[in-house]
Amino acid sequence: MGDGRAAVKAGKDRKSAPDFELKDANGHTVRLSDYRGKVVLLDFWATWCGPCKIEIPWFQEFERENKDKGFAVLGVAMDEEGWDVVKPFAQHMNINYRLLIGNDSIADQFGGVDALPTTFLIDREGKIAAVHVGLSGKREFENGIRELL
Amino acid sequence: MAFANCSRLAAILLFLPAAFAQSPAILTVAQPQKVVAKRNTDVTAKIDVSIAAGYHVNSNAPHEAYLIPLRLTWTLAPLTVEAVTFPKARDEKYSFSEEPLSVFTGNFDIATKFKVPADALSGPTILVGKLRYQACNNTMCFPPKTVEVKLPVDVQ
Repeated sequence: MGDGRAAVKAGKDRKSAPDFELKDANGHTVRLSDYRGKVVLLDFWATWCGPCKIEIPWFQEFERENKDKGFAVLGVAMDEEGWDVVKPFAQHMNINYRLLIGNDSIADQFGGVDALPTTFLIDREGKIAAVHVGLSGKREFENGIRELL
Repeated sequence: MAFANCSRLAAILLFLPAAFAQSPAILTVAQPQKVVAKRNTDVTAKIDVSIAAGYHVNSNAPHEAYLIPLRLTWTLAPLTVEAVTFPKARDEKYSFSEEPLSVFTGNFDIATKFKVPADALSGPTILVGKLRYQACNNTMCFPPKTVEVKLPVDVQ
């Protein structure tokens, strides 16, 4: 796991995150571009992914502590069975941030996300400031979020 | 099409760290040896499975309902499946799990006992099996995949 250092790229090195359009648990259309002006933690995960489960409580905490500062967590679930498995899991885990169901097209747009968890930190201008592939350290996320806020 | 390929390549180059995480060949199955299946008897075939070092797959009976079990299924004709037998799984503790997980690692065999009907047509045939697995290492998991297994059978 990480050593706690912020892995945030310098502003000039950041690339724009691809926009997408997905449905949330209530059937509302969500675009990444809707979040322009906010720092976004975009987490690709799945219910069958053990390491993802470790990070979920951290993300709940980040959402709770920073949502009034222009921060949001978006969880993109890559489960083939969709909401049938994601909704009960989310209820069981008391997930307090917005969840979406992902697909291969979205994963391709983000560079072929295959290993889970893969988490992107996106700055207020919609640019990718950091990518974490696999289970990362909580402090790495905290430092990155603090730097971007 | 060329544009689509270019777009995909551009996306991969743009997000190289994620692209590097594309799943390697975590699970491989050796080509099974031909089995001779005599009509009106049972025959057992084994397939040899190898898991790359540092990885594990969930066993056929994971402790947690949310985990995806190892499954081997076969096309039925001309034989019928009597039983699929997995080896004894190991309970392993990983840094991301509070409780030990029931997993397979390294090399192991999966045995399938087939029944050969009395009226099975004699001659060579190929049975096709599908081995579905979901693999992880200590820090990441990969989507479920299915490997096809072709078992040569000589029905006599």
